[in-house]
Amino acid sequence: MRLSYPPEIKVIQVPCTGRVDIIHLLNALENGADGVYVAGCLEGECHYRTGNLKAKKRVGYVKKVLAEIGMDPGRVEMFNLSSAQGKRFAEIADEITARIIELGQSPVNKREKAKAAV
Amino acid sequence: MIVADRKSLEEILAMVREKRKILIVGCRGCVTVCNVGGEKEVEILAASINLARKTSDQPIEIDTVTIERQCDNEYVALLKEGIGTYDAVVSLACGVGPQFLSEAYPNQLFFPGVNTTFFGGAVSHGIWEERCQGCGTCIIHNFDGLCPIARCAKSLLHGPCGGSSDGLCEVSKETLCIWDMIVKKKMEQGRLTDLLKVIEAKDWSSARDGGPRRSIREELIP
Repeated sequence: MRLSYPPEIKVIQVPCTGRVDIIHLLNALENGADGVYVAGCLEGECHYRTGNLKAKKRVGYVKKVLAEIGMDPGRVEMFNLSSAQGKRFAEIADEITARIIELGQSPVNKREKAKAAV
Repeated sequence: MIVADRKSLEEILAMVREKRKILIVGCRGCVTVCNVGGEKEVEILAASINLARKTSDQPIEIDTVTIERQCDNEYVALLKEGIGTYDAVVSLACGVGPQFLSEAYPNQLFFPGVNTTFFGGAVSHGIWEERCQGCGTCIIHNFDGLCPIARCAKSLLHGPCGGSSDGLCEVSKETLCIWDMIVKKKMEQGRLTDLLKVIEAKDWSSARDGGPRRSIREELIP
C-alpha cells in the first residue's frame, strides 16, 4: 500500500485503547503536544469488549478539562478504525494534522517559545 | 463509604490562583473507592492545574502525595516533613481530611478539593447512591433493610406520601420512592401487617440535630 502520513505524528502503541488513561492524554498536552488522538478499534469490535468505549469516555473527560481551562477541546480526539483500514489510518492522520495546524501551536508551547526568544 | 464529588476545576484554580507552590493530598480511604480523591485522581488534578497554569503563563510547582487515611492522625503525621513549605495544600479527601490536616498543621493553608455528598455505595460502576444518613439510631430492621430516613425525601416513618407515583418520588423522576419499595417488599414477604404498627416519633437528638457528635469507646482509650 505504501501509504504515507504526516511526519509530525508520533505513534505510541498500546495493546488496546482501554489502556489509555486520562493522565496519559493530559501528560502529553502538559509536555507540549499540540494535539493528541486515540485510534481505537471500531465500536463493538474491541477484542477486550469495551476498551475502545472506555477510551472514548476518557477522551471526553479530557475535552471537558480543556474547555474548562480555555484550550480548544478539538486538540484531543477519538477515532475508530479496524487494523485492516490502513488507508483510513492515513486519512485520519491527515485530518487531525490539518485540524491542529488550523488551531495553531498549543498555548503551552507558545508561552515557552516566547520565553526562549526573550 | 463516604461519597464525594470533585469540585470543578474552575473553583480549584480560583483557590490556588496566587499560589506558586502547592501540594495535593489524596486519601486511600473512601474517596479512592468512589474515584474522586485517590492516587489516580490526585495525578489528574495535578496535570490539569499544571496545564491550566502553563497555558496562562503562570507556572506552578505541584507536589502530590496520597496517604492511607486523612481521618487518622497517625497517617496525617507522615506529612510533617515539608508541609510548611507550600503556599497551599489541596485535600482530595472528604470534609474530614482537610480538617484533620489543618488541626495537625495550623500554620499551613488548606483547601478542600471535593464536595462531600453522602454515605452510600456504588449501585453500578460509576453510579453511587445514598443509603445512610448517619442519624445515630438505626431502625432499618423495621423496614426490611430499606432506610426511609436516608432514602425518603421527607424521612417519613409511615409512608408512602401522596407524592409517590408509579414507584417514583415527586422530588425527581430519577428518585425511587423507598416507601413504595418497602410496601412491595412487605407484600412479597407476606408481612404487610408489620406496617400497621405505629412507630413512635423519632428521637433526632442522636442525629445532627443534637449537635456535633462524638463516639467514645473506653476499651480502646490508652
